[in-house]
Amino acid sequence: MKTNRIITAYSLIMMLFLLGPLLAFLPISFSSASFLSYPLPGYSLQWYEKVLQPTPWMFALRNSLIVGSLSTALATVLGTAAAFGLTRKNFRGSSLVLALIVSPMIVPVIVTAVGTYFMFAKFGLVATFSGLVIAHTVLGVPFVVITVSSTLQTFDNRLLQAACGLGASPIHAFFTIVLPIIANGVIAGAIFAFVTSFDDVVVAIFIGGPQQKTLPRQMFEGIKDNIDPSILAMSAILLLVTILLMVFLSLLRRR
Amino acid sequence: MNECLVPEQERPIRRAKLTTAPILLSAPLVVFLTVFFFAPLAVMLSYSVRNNEVPSVLPHLSKAIATWDGRGLPPDSVFSALALDLRSNNDSMALGEAARRLDFEAPGYRALLFKTARRLQAEQTSTASRDELTNIDARWSNPRYWLALNRATARLTPAFFLAAFDLKIDDVGHIVRVEDDRRVYLDTFLRTFQIAGTVTLLCLVLGYPIAFAITVLPRRLAAALTFSVILPFWTSLLVRTSAWIVVLSKDGVVNSFLTRLGVISEPLQLIFNRTGLYIVMVHILLPFMVLPIRSVMNGISPNYMKASASLGAHPCLGFFKVYLPLTLPGVGAGCLMTFIIAIGYYITPALVGGAGDNMISFFIAFHTNSVINWGMAAALGVVLLSAVLLIFGTFGRLLGFSRIVALK
Repeated sequence: MKTNRIITAYSLIMMLFLLGPLLAFLPISFSSASFLSYPLPGYSLQWYEKVLQPTPWMFALRNSLIVGSLSTALATVLGTAAAFGLTRKNFRGSSLVLALIVSPMIVPVIVTAVGTYFMFAKFGLVATFSGLVIAHTVLGVPFVVITVSSTLQTFDNRLLQAACGLGASPIHAFFTIVLPIIANGVIAGAIFAFVTSFDDVVVAIFIGGPQQKTLPRQMFEGIKDNIDPSILAMSAILLLVTILLMVFLSLLRRR
Repeated sequence: MNECLVPEQERPIRRAKLTTAPILLSAPLVVFLTVFFFAPLAVMLSYSVRNNEVPSVLPHLSKAIATWDGRGLPPDSVFSALALDLRSNNDSMALGEAARRLDFEAPGYRALLFKTARRLQAEQTSTASRDELTNIDARWSNPRYWLALNRATARLTPAFFLAAFDLKIDDVGHIVRVEDDRRVYLDTFLRTFQIAGTVTLLCLVLGYPIAFAITVLPRRLAAALTFSVILPFWTSLLVRTSAWIVVLSKDGVVNSFLTRLGVISEPLQLIFNRTGLYIVMVHILLPFMVLPIRSVMNGISPNYMKASASLGAHPCLGFFKVYLPLTLPGVGAGCLMTFIIAIGYYITPALVGGAGDNMISFFIAFHTNSVINWGMAAALGVVLLSAVLLIFGTFGRLLGFSRIVALK
């Protein structure tokens, strides 16, 4: 009984440590003053108004959404196809290929970013949208491959054989039989890839130029130079979106 | 209906397609990653040893100096080759890069090279190049500067890798430690490992009980605890960082709470130093520790503990002898992932660390963007990458790679 109470108390302290900071900043984003401490002199929506202005915040958000959705699309298509190939039983060396595909997860992002910067500098891809989309696809694609592969483990291959035995072309069979069954895994993988792109600062600093300034980079510069409640207002919006995404993902898994 | 009416003989062909075609589906991604991930790493590797700044600006000199045996002063032909190259140079950007590279070999070389080039281009004389150069600057009669040129014109250079370990080649060709005030990288590597190690340990000490609590607590509380581990995991790094800045600053929540309680009279410095860095990094990396341990604990049947208790073991003994060993694979995976992510950290130390808390990533970024010494950035990057691959390869093999990677 006593140990149970200790465990419960410890859990509550850890919940405070984990969630506390995320809740503590929220009221300040509604402050009528520009300092970051309590007590608040009054409430206003001025910081939310500020982050809804076209520059710099909405411009950065737009860039993040463009880069995020394009790199997610690319990572999802490449990653789903690769995962489908990798889970075939007769694919020898598939574990080696899988190791190569997930290696961007292991390599420190700063190393990936600098190496990509050196190479992209040669081909004029630095400070372009295509360069940033490509680099983010590299970071996001391992998550798609892992999520889709684990969904495919439960896929019954006889369904595919049956479809082809009935005369469907492999491509037709893939789109009408396989894809609907693994759709949840594909969507979850795509969400991972999008979040990876949407949260990246390091690659965005090296590969993006002023025209490709993404939301995390704008926040990074804001925190570095002069942190004001508008960053907290943006953080509050992002936190809300994160919670919605989590709810969506858990619904996806339950299905 | 129509599709079912396939002639019998077509089926084996379809079957063959079915087995080979899917393998080809992996090809586009493999090609994509080769071009946009492995090739950049290869470029970085090549930059860490390449030595072409000086030869591209001083082509004649590079050819001439290769014949010199490195003793005393080089022959006249080398002097005239240098004079010829400097006189005909009209690309001041490239000259600047060469000067920076030479300055790296022998401090002060940049000024020397620019001064010499300027004077040579200003006046045309018929005196021998040797006298002409030594007249411009007496340093040209010092073998040191010629030896530096010799090192900077070799096809490949170990200089950047040596520098990454605070070493250099001295004028007689021995590998020696650099001057005291220039020793930065070894300390930085040690600090990087120390910070990553401390954060990993803290995450383990805090995270193991969290994972345990999730498996034993009543369902609702366990769900709430799981949620509080996973929400920060999904939340943007920068949202969490700015939240902590608000909480830990001089007049932030923690300080004003402690002051009101009377625990402290002066606000504590909790951020923009090592303390702040540890707090924020532990908060960010804790899920990477908790999730793998939890997934291992979930698979441990409660019967083991019941068995040990029925055989007369005290719950504590049972925990250490039976339960803990069973969770070690999860502990290993969590520690490995946490450590590997932590040693590559760049953003968090830059935002919440103090001036003395720079990790190695800071210098990689610094040499890439600020001082533009790409060779140095590449060498540091390769050392960091090798360390990560070595650690991952060694411990990952012990733990089984699939357990670690399938984390998320």
